[in-house]
Amino acid sequence: MLDFSILTDNFDLYMQGFVNTIKISIIGLIASFILGNIIAVFRLAPVKLLNLIGTVYVEVIRNIPLILTGFFFYNGLSYFHINFSGFTAGTIALSIYTAAFIAEAVRAGIQSVDKGQLEAARSTGLTYIQAMRYVILPQAIKIVIPPIGNQFLNLVKNSSILGVFAGLDLMYYADIIHEKTWVTFDTYIFVGMFYLVLTIPLSLLVNFLERRLAKTD
Amino acid sequence: MGKLKKWFTVGLVFVLAAALMAGCGKSKTTSSSDPVQQIKKRGKVVVGVKYDTYLFGYKDPKTGKVEGFDVDIAKAISKKIFGDKVKVQLKEVTSKTRIPMLQNGDVDMVVATMTITPDRKKVVDFSDVYFDAGQSLLVKKGSKIKSVKDLTKGTKVLTVKGATSGDNVKKAAPDTQVLEYENYQEAFTALKSGKGDALTTDNSILYGMAAQDPNYQVVGGTFTNEPYGIAMKKGNTKLVKAVNKALKELKDSGEYDKIKNKWIKEQ
Repeated sequence: MLDFSILTDNFDLYMQGFVNTIKISIIGLIASFILGNIIAVFRLAPVKLLNLIGTVYVEVIRNIPLILTGFFFYNGLSYFHINFSGFTAGTIALSIYTAAFIAEAVRAGIQSVDKGQLEAARSTGLTYIQAMRYVILPQAIKIVIPPIGNQFLNLVKNSSILGVFAGLDLMYYADIIHEKTWVTFDTYIFVGMFYLVLTIPLSLLVNFLERRLAKTD
Repeated sequence: MGKLKKWFTVGLVFVLAAALMAGCGKSKTTSSSDPVQQIKKRGKVVVGVKYDTYLFGYKDPKTGKVEGFDVDIAKAISKKIFGDKVKVQLKEVTSKTRIPMLQNGDVDMVVATMTITPDRKKVVDFSDVYFDAGQSLLVKKGSKIKSVKDLTKGTKVLTVKGATSGDNVKKAAPDTQVLEYENYQEAFTALKSGKGDALTTDNSILYGMAAQDPNYQVVGGTFTNEPYGIAMKKGNTKLVKAVNKALKELKDSGEYDKIKNKWIKEQ
């Protein structure tokens, strides 16, 4: 049976990590969503240079391990005299990484909107950007919610890499509690439960949104 | 799938997973009567040493060999207890992993710059002291920090997960912020990238780091006592006795001093 005293004795430490993981996830969610949409628009814009930037971004960032990106922002940038804390570097790396996947999901969503919509929008005098903003993206969003929701779940789980460079998240504090108690199994099971407290409601929310959006069709 | 069925499935999967892990994680192979005989029968003794601590347990990236004071002590003790027929297999441990690896039997003993403390004695057994170190600070040359007294509210100190260093520096300088890393190489990398003002751990380990990078120096003398012991699984009293006997023989014969002078030039 689990030793719950590990949880109760160290609850303040678990909470510090939990609250930080929530902060990291929220900031990451917002930042990666914004950046992901921008990159998606780059990839679809009728400007070759933007296409190139978007494609390079997605292909490079998606195919490098997240932890490597994390180390780049944490240790690598110090060669250019930029010094981020573990929390900052990790959140930036997490946002940039997730944005690449969100960009792809948004791009697929947009491309699945009927081409006629864009033509019609442009022909009423809207610029490309306006057409995207007011006509295409709102329709694409419905298609795109499930894969984006999935990426957000991944983001919350991926935030655990911050534990490796002093990011002060749940995993970091798990290690701190582990070295206090030297009880391996129970300590990390409780951490798992904390992550579930974040991921299960999030996945239920995504399911809820999915069903509500389907209703408006 | 109906909502209730979905919840039931989720709950069942979780319970099964937890039970499965409980089964695997907690199955304790009861350490039978004589660990010394067991090791002799097996033909090899597995010793956990550091791979990243210059002078104590260090894997040379060019040769791939693991060398250091701890390594030589481990080999000398094994020879005394088990004779030449038993091979010494080295396994990497870090301050974070050395106790779990002992607990689940991945290693028979740990010779890895490990300080004997009352808290650790609750979970592992220690041999007699085989080396006296003390905690100190590593800083960049020219740093304003000259001793532990200079660690104040605005400073950051780096150390390693699982080492006594974190708690000790918090006691000696309660206002400073402490950041912990997976092992000493990562902590040193963090120091070099400016993530902290000082790195703290045993002076012995710090001397090894300073030897690797002349831009860094050890300052402030020692502010704790760190008596190193060889750790073994709790309850292995026969092995502990054998190790202590071997240690005494090494000290009496002068072999201990030979090994020490080979590696530890500063004190």
